[in-house]
Amino acid sequence: MSASSALPPLLAANPRLDQWVGFPSPGRVNVSTGRVEIGQGVLTAMLQIAAEELDVAPDRILLRTGDTDLTPNEGYTAGSQSIQFGGVALGLACAEVRTLFLEHTAARFGYPVADLAVQDGAITRRGEATGHDYWSLAGAVDLRRDATGRASRKSVSDYRVVGRNAPRVDLAAKVFGEPVFAHDMVLDGMVHARVVRQPRRGATITAVDEAALRRAAKGPIEIVRHGNFLAILGADETVVEAAAGVASNHVAWDGVDTINPFQEEARWLLQQPSIDRTIGPPPLPVPTAPGNRYEGSYTRMHIAHASVAPSCGLALYRDGRLTVWTHSQGVYPLRDALVRTLTLDPAAISVKHVQGPGCYGHNGADDAAADAAIIAFRRPGEPVKVRWRRDEEFGFEPVSPAMMVTAHATLDSAGLPADWTTEIWSGRHTSRPGGGGNLLAAEALPDPPPLPPPSESSFPPGAGTRNGEPLYDFPAKRIFHHLIAETPVRTSSLRGLGATLNVFAIESSMDELAERAGTDPVAYRLSVLSDARARAVVEHAARLADWKPGLPTGTGRGRGIGFARYKNLAAYAAVVAEVEVEESVHLLHVWCAADAGLVINPDGAINQLEGGIIQAASWALKEGVRLDTAGISSRDWETYPVLRFTEVPEVVAELLNPAADLPPLGIGEASGGPTVAAIGNAVAHALGTRLRDLPLTRERVMAALLKA
Amino acid sequence: MQPVNVIVNGNALSVTANADTPLLDILRNHLGLRGTKFGCGLEQCGCCMVLVDGRPEKSCGKPLSAVVGKEIVTIEGVGTPDRPHPLQQAFIDEQAGQCGYCLPGILISAKALLDQNPSPSRKQIAEALDDNICRCGSHIRIMRAVERAARSMRQGGRR
Repeated sequence: MSASSALPPLLAANPRLDQWVGFPSPGRVNVSTGRVEIGQGVLTAMLQIAAEELDVAPDRILLRTGDTDLTPNEGYTAGSQSIQFGGVALGLACAEVRTLFLEHTAARFGYPVADLAVQDGAITRRGEATGHDYWSLAGAVDLRRDATGRASRKSVSDYRVVGRNAPRVDLAAKVFGEPVFAHDMVLDGMVHARVVRQPRRGATITAVDEAALRRAAKGPIEIVRHGNFLAILGADETVVEAAAGVASNHVAWDGVDTINPFQEEARWLLQQPSIDRTIGPPPLPVPTAPGNRYEGSYTRMHIAHASVAPSCGLALYRDGRLTVWTHSQGVYPLRDALVRTLTLDPAAISVKHVQGPGCYGHNGADDAAADAAIIAFRRPGEPVKVRWRRDEEFGFEPVSPAMMVTAHATLDSAGLPADWTTEIWSGRHTSRPGGGGNLLAAEALPDPPPLPPPSESSFPPGAGTRNGEPLYDFPAKRIFHHLIAETPVRTSSLRGLGATLNVFAIESSMDELAERAGTDPVAYRLSVLSDARARAVVEHAARLADWKPGLPTGTGRGRGIGFARYKNLAAYAAVVAEVEVEESVHLLHVWCAADAGLVINPDGAINQLEGGIIQAASWALKEGVRLDTAGISSRDWETYPVLRFTEVPEVVAELLNPAADLPPLGIGEASGGPTVAAIGNAVAHALGTRLRDLPLTRERVMAALLKA
Repeated sequence: MQPVNVIVNGNALSVTANADTPLLDILRNHLGLRGTKFGCGLEQCGCCMVLVDGRPEKSCGKPLSAVVGKEIVTIEGVGTPDRPHPLQQAFIDEQAGQCGYCLPGILISAKALLDQNPSPSRKQIAEALDDNICRCGSHIRIMRAVERAARSMRQGGRR
């Protein structure tokens, strides 16, 4: 690469090489990444990338991650972008560090640089030891300089660490029960706290029966109030929890607005004011012959992240400095939000990532951290730990918005779409605190911030519009997007964002069009799919599943396929599902083929595909947030059921060309939409009638059968 | 409050706490055994599973008074990095986990199964783990790991 090479965006934003790499003591390497472990295995992949480009053994590396004092600012660990962007930046920074050491050695000792290489940190010349290494030269090679991007990364054929299966560096500690999670942290003199949540935005406290709370606690507690932010504190967590468990009975509120429970179903969106836009060319005139038109509508309820444990945050305010420990996806954005909420200087706040329960998007993590920070700020010197209650996480985390999608197509004489519109109604999918959204507790403080304005990312990748444009070769295609500004409950990003329902709608429609054309669904898709990598995953998934055209419909057993390229920019994935439907849907098998370009840790990527498949199966078959007039009413695992061990299918997931010399493509969210679509198509095949509203519960199967 | 005796991982320990204190809080906050996780406090998710006299029980809903004098085994008592239980080794070998938060509870349920049934079928494994929620979707790897551990134990692995 030439010296004028443009740096990848995250390296351009964090150009100083010493932000990424350091050699603190003989044999040790510090590597920093702004990416954080949220259950996806990113630490292992980052370690592989750094070990590869620095040519050191992975176990020499201490990986520092997600810390505003120590690591580059990479925004959020979200959107399947860690490897595609963060890994590319880290790899290039490491390659440049290696090059600087080689050039220094060449210049200082008079060797041709082309003769030099690094082997586990030692500089070699034509394979022979030179007696120099990173650590002996570290004093002479100044990394306090900006990356130029002039260094070449290794070629794929030279990789020895990247592209090989590597065991997760974080897993062993977890199977031995080591206290690695934020929930397990204990600070000296720490108090436990629970927040008595403001039931709805704008509600005000009229009375707190402190005597009743103390009686329920059966031990010493303190009650902290600031505006309408109310918290119960104490040294004994059991005592604090006992009071918190009954607090809603002993705190009276005024100004609690109510909502219409009907809003739990997405069709209410049609009656709402919306911000409308069109992405793509204007539509063709609608043909007069109805046989040449297709229209199908699909819906989904709100979906919870439903992490296996509720959120937790810790904070300590001492000597004018606030330190926060959090399992947030973005330590820097959280810091910015805390700066606004507490009117502190950014330099006075450190935010440090600690692992938490699996994170699939913007859950309660930032809010729990803010709760702890707000309490700690008012109690200097006292460490505070806030662990949300289960009903609090279900009731107050931002959920993924309910959506409705209508696919409109005009067909040519061969029954293929000549013109395609995906019409999307959705609440906002992004309200992260760093992106203009509010921290929950801020709404209860005096002078609450205004409601954040509705927002939507540009397409692609889009948010509600994500994957709204089919990858198929339709001559004209567009998105009509109706962004609903007001939703009954807080909404934000969940794995896949709008892609889940958009892919379900597009792929369900493709199956209906294939049936109308009398063509096998796989063959129909391939007839309008020229992207070679897309074709390859569809063909491979069909092969894995031993797909056979022409199997009869309505037999109670069915197969379906779903395909998408996540965001239209990231990994390609095709999924085949097999179901048996009696009164309810039994998911038997799922086969998945994906192309993610160069894969750093193939087993880690397959683990992500498998997890995405099972989580998406849970969305498709079981999940929908329930509402009553007070807000979210599904606040435990019985009212918000997820897929359990006896319900999971057999899963086969394979990567196509994982060692290809092609840029890595984000894979963490790639299998979700295609899985939901494949299940929907399999159920339609099994029943001979189509269910268009998720989740595909027993009640909905029975209703569809009655109607048919 | 009078001190009471509990037997945790083979050690007789004295605990002073209200009789209705959840066993989970005793383990995590009084005894510093933080391998057992809080998940819901509602006995619905299995994160807090421990063995009580060999049976898998959710510790979040079990009061101290109910376990006095009983043998409790937590994840810390199942195995250690130096002496891993075949189940723990199998979970590492199969890379069975993502966030890993649910794993201590799942390992306890799996141990209770293998202690009773050395050759469980896939269906029996699924049924034994059905009280445990895994939200990341590692189910298939987890069930494979339990099968692997069962094989290794039948072939003479310890315990």
